[in-house]
Amino acid sequence: MSIEPNPNGGVPVDADPVGADIDAPAQVPPNQQQKGMFGISGTGDVSGFGGLVRRRPELVGSPRPYGSYFDEVTDALEEAYPGFADAIEKVVVDRDELTLHIAPEKIAEVAQVMRDDESLRFELCSSVSGVDYLNSDVRRLHVTYQLTSMTYRRRVRLEAAIPAGGSLPSVTSVYPTADWQERETYDMFGVVFTGHPNLTRVLMPDDWEGHPQRKDYPLGGVPVEYKGAEIPPPDQRRVYQ
Amino acid sequence: MSSSSVGTGSGYATERETTEGRVFTVTGGDWDTVTGSIDPLSNEKIVVNMGPQHPSTHGVLRLVLELEGETVTEARPVVGYLHTGIEKNLEYRNWTQGTTFVTRADYLAPLFNEAAYCMAVEKLLGITDQITERANTIRVLFMELNRVSSHLVWLATTGMELGAISMMLYGFREREYILDIFEETSGLRMNHAYFRPGGVAQDIPESAIRKIRDFLVYMPKKLKEYEAMLSGQIIWQERTQGVAVLDVTGCLALGITGPVLRSAGLAWDLRKTMPYCGYETYEFDVPTATTADVWGRYQVRIAEIRESLKIVEQALDRLKPGPIFVADKKIAWPAQLAVGLDGMGTSLEHVAKIMGQSMESLIHHFKLVTEGFRVPPGQVYVSIESPRGELGVHAVSDGGTHPYRVHMRDPSFVNLQAIPAMAEGALLADVIAGGASLDPVMGGCDR
Repeated sequence: MSIEPNPNGGVPVDADPVGADIDAPAQVPPNQQQKGMFGISGTGDVSGFGGLVRRRPELVGSPRPYGSYFDEVTDALEEAYPGFADAIEKVVVDRDELTLHIAPEKIAEVAQVMRDDESLRFELCSSVSGVDYLNSDVRRLHVTYQLTSMTYRRRVRLEAAIPAGGSLPSVTSVYPTADWQERETYDMFGVVFTGHPNLTRVLMPDDWEGHPQRKDYPLGGVPVEYKGAEIPPPDQRRVYQ
Repeated sequence: MSSSSVGTGSGYATERETTEGRVFTVTGGDWDTVTGSIDPLSNEKIVVNMGPQHPSTHGVLRLVLELEGETVTEARPVVGYLHTGIEKNLEYRNWTQGTTFVTRADYLAPLFNEAAYCMAVEKLLGITDQITERANTIRVLFMELNRVSSHLVWLATTGMELGAISMMLYGFREREYILDIFEETSGLRMNHAYFRPGGVAQDIPESAIRKIRDFLVYMPKKLKEYEAMLSGQIIWQERTQGVAVLDVTGCLALGITGPVLRSAGLAWDLRKTMPYCGYETYEFDVPTATTADVWGRYQVRIAEIRESLKIVEQALDRLKPGPIFVADKKIAWPAQLAVGLDGMGTSLEHVAKIMGQSMESLIHHFKLVTEGFRVPPGQVYVSIESPRGELGVHAVSDGGTHPYRVHMRDPSFVNLQAIPAMAEGALLADVIAGGASLDPVMGGCDR
């Protein structure tokens, strides 16, 4: 005797148990969210990879006083840079680090003041890199500049956000060390730095298409057979939420 | 072209019949006109591609050099031949697995990559001050041993490139001693994945500590030998002194840190200026030189090996028994790891416990190993003093079990920008010496 699938979902049964009504355990209501016994979707791989469900915590500015040397740095910048109110979008203090969110078109000006002002003296630009906050808002590409003051032994992060396809001024005239790091950010995220002396790819081949570190750029990879089972590529494995 | 010569059968060469058979006479007369048309005074400029497969470029670095005779007029480094997408791959693994990726970036200083990455994750988690004293001491101990081994490879390869082949053999021989210590502890010579977010993977065995003690006696003698072999040697002096000069201004503008900056006279060492892992409690000096040339960098690195040995000795003395991982079981790796016949793996006792005795332990183990722990959203930048300079990790979390973005500020990548400044206007041979003095590791540069 064949077992018919239960039209109401749930476990198909041969026949209703004796005395069962519609609330019988065999006729649980269908669950739209869950599929399978453990609520997985996709390949069912349990290797623990995946987890590409991205959350977008909202970014909020920090209230004064910021603590540590952060007030001093912010005040010094405000005093030395007349366009402070227009250029600084947000000040965030988190985990003992100061982040100044800068209007992208002002980034080179702010960097110049940060380097030259006597009470700031951020002589070294340690790092320039990008982050792609896909689906957060239009200005999804963020460029972060980690500045180091050797005189005062301080660190500050500048962050500028632009939309995909947008551009912002290069800081190479202020910090020549940003040359290759801006090239890498262009290479990986497609951020265009205007005024850069030689904005070409640096890590990927010259004729590469696309910008690999963007979040909508796939990781790539092929399924691999291991002991008879097929293991999907890392970006298609099981998702943890 | 007309075939004018009499007796030219094929039209290319004169021929005549002899008793042995037909003989062709070929002359290269037209080469005279080719070479004669080149004016040696006004047309000496040639472009040479050095690399990417050249033993003297430290891995797959390519230098495009424009030469006038022996003088380099323009030098352009080309990188990216070893790009492996480590940063992108990290985004598809959990936070703990990340350490196995970053260790492969700068392969001569794997423990520094791991340390910087783990410290960034710990800062994101807010557990920096919960790292146990023993874990921090082991980290310092191993980082300093790694610094010695990295500087030894620098000495070895630079020696080879400048003609001192025996230095190459000695440097790699002593480095092997350190790699044995690493193998004894982590199960691997390189790419250890030994530091983990929250501590270190497993404790140092007694045998490794004995080996380190032996090494502390052995190494200073060898250092004296190196200096006896190189420092007074006239070829070594000629090849290094006054070569590839870059002063403090140039270093700061180009973002050069590490021994190159210290060879110019600025005692900027993050272990002193922005201490981490308890470096402020160790006694050591920051060696500097004032010559700002390859010679200065050689002297700084030799002195740094001595300072590192000092730190190793102090770390050994303060190594007290205690936990090597944070107490928080939501983060600490559940498996007690042990070195087995096939390298490091889960200890058999732990497997017996989770499989035979405790269902809760099994669930906990499974969740933490497959899914990983969650890291609160935010971003941090952590930097440490690697053998090549400032190694920074910019880590961003969105609150999930995987890194949202990790960027490694690798000193090799930044420092290579100094090659044009060092090489242009100098001799071709000095490009090798100058490039070597930066100690670039392409695995770190290209990531």
